[in-house]
Amino acid sequence: MTRIRSFVALVAVFVLGMVAALPVGAEVRIDITRGQMKPLPIAIPEFAGSSGQESQIGKDIARVVSADLERSGLFKPIDPKAFIQTVASLQVQPRFPDWKAINAEGLVVGKLDNTPDGRVRVEFRLWDVFAEAYMTGWTLSASPNDWRRLAHKVADAIYKRVTGEDGYFDTQIVYIAESGPKNDRKKRLAIMDQDGENHRFLTDGSELVLTPRFSPSSREITYLSYYRGVPRVYIFNLDTGRREALGNFPGMTFAPRFSPDGNKVAFNMAEDGNTEIYEMNLLTRQKVRLTTNSAIDTAPSYSPDGQQIVFESDRGGGQQLYVMSAGGGGQNRISFGDGRYGTPVWSPRGDLIAFTKQKGGQFFIGVMRPDGSGERLLAEGFLVEGPTWAPNGRVLAFFRESPSDERGRGQSVRLYTIDLTGSNERVLLTPVDGSDPAWSPLIP
Amino acid sequence: MKLRFLSIFAAAALLAACESAPSDTGNKGSTAATTPPAAAKSIAPGSKDDFVANVGDRVFFDFDKSSLRADAKATLSKQAAWLKQYGSYTMTIEGHADERGTREYNLALGEKRANAVKEFLAANGVAASRVKVVSYGKERPVALGSNEAAWSQNRRGVTVLN
Repeated sequence: MTRIRSFVALVAVFVLGMVAALPVGAEVRIDITRGQMKPLPIAIPEFAGSSGQESQIGKDIARVVSADLERSGLFKPIDPKAFIQTVASLQVQPRFPDWKAINAEGLVVGKLDNTPDGRVRVEFRLWDVFAEAYMTGWTLSASPNDWRRLAHKVADAIYKRVTGEDGYFDTQIVYIAESGPKNDRKKRLAIMDQDGENHRFLTDGSELVLTPRFSPSSREITYLSYYRGVPRVYIFNLDTGRREALGNFPGMTFAPRFSPDGNKVAFNMAEDGNTEIYEMNLLTRQKVRLTTNSAIDTAPSYSPDGQQIVFESDRGGGQQLYVMSAGGGGQNRISFGDGRYGTPVWSPRGDLIAFTKQKGGQFFIGVMRPDGSGERLLAEGFLVEGPTWAPNGRVLAFFRESPSDERGRGQSVRLYTIDLTGSNERVLLTPVDGSDPAWSPLIP
Repeated sequence: MKLRFLSIFAAAALLAACESAPSDTGNKGSTAATTPPAAAKSIAPGSKDDFVANVGDRVFFDFDKSSLRADAKATLSKQAAWLKQYGSYTMTIEGHADERGTREYNLALGEKRANAVKEFLAANGVAASRVKVVSYGKERPVALGSNEAAWSQNRRGVTVLN
């Protein structure tokens, strides 16, 4: 019985995948609202360049585009060893039968030139192999040092044309790099491209830092630092390398998050043991208190239109999610399931709120609608925590910590990404352990 | 770290051994009026070591709670008596949580725990102006294991003398 059922399910997935990939009209298209789809076979030959340096960049771009698309779980780049048509002849005209023969449904054709002012100009086209039709393309130029960003932009364009959703590859992730024993953990602010490249540390580990989050411009990070032993919210400017305290407050400040317009920061301040949510206007430097409750109120996150804030509170007994208007009015509980709910983060699309749930000794990453309906759990573990959304609202990152024995052995803390459908969970490789990831918006 | 562990265990043993608060009759420098346990012989009364070893610098909390247990109140009563006697000390109360919670919630919980300690000390005569609080949430465990024995040691409020 189970055998047949699982076979039927497999067939269903397969058929859905086919239908999704090749709907009527035979256009190459992926419906990413379905889980467990069949990845789209796509051929990404190296981008053609006339000089040695260009050829190397052309190879590297093709490699990065392939890796981006493969990691999304929605595409299956075909091994270049199977390619029949050469890169040189491809520049004249794609020979579609050669690509049909290896079952490529999409074909990416790209080339590079050097411009007189020392920049590199990249041109790419995406072809629908079976329809023999042009799908999308563009020409962009950039400094040769920015070739990775050009590659991510190619991947974003392909993702968008095929799925109908914005891509998320030309983005960065800021997180907390961790090292050392559990009872003497060194934590550093670190930043990297979403694929783990261009990694660098922003702080030296001499002070405890936690919970970084990007501004909407991606150029600033707000986070918690124990600089000089006092836990306070800071804002770090990536362009200038400068950091400043959000303000000089009497109590601990923590749990910061930018408003969608970047002009405000919602955060927590503790006074006499009671933590309340405040909002600081960065232009006027005025702060407004949004909650007044003797319980713990923390972890504020704005809706993408800036009109509402989701937060967690134990005012009802346990840790649960609440939504209020951005001015603090109309505070309503939205989570009613078994267990405790924390770390709410509003999707950039506005349709969902991601959270960490604790139940039965396990931790979960889940999503629910802003009215609390439609709860779905995506990941589970001894400790999974801190979801953050890719800018298209289709992928999340979080961290996963393993238990340790009484001597601290066995502990590891790693970053992961997962599709909103709950499939395609992947480790996001970092040089050392990592926690508290925050995904940037698409880089302007 | 090992040394610190030993001192905690020593403190626990000493607390168990002496029912009443340590002597508040002895002046600094005088030989101890009461008979101190052998392990504490070299510790000067009124020193930070004296506080840790003979009073107990920490109290423990139940899971997700910031209310003081009876054993915590007993320890804090001794702390208050000692701190009134040695009134020149200022102190920082550290609030800590175990690893079974989310980061920001645990920061808030640690803050509540530290304040519960501060308020008890204040109600027992330790001026609030001498006391600062800081929460470390789940960032500074003393026991490493991922089990209840470790977690129960990590859910703590520690009075650190300056």
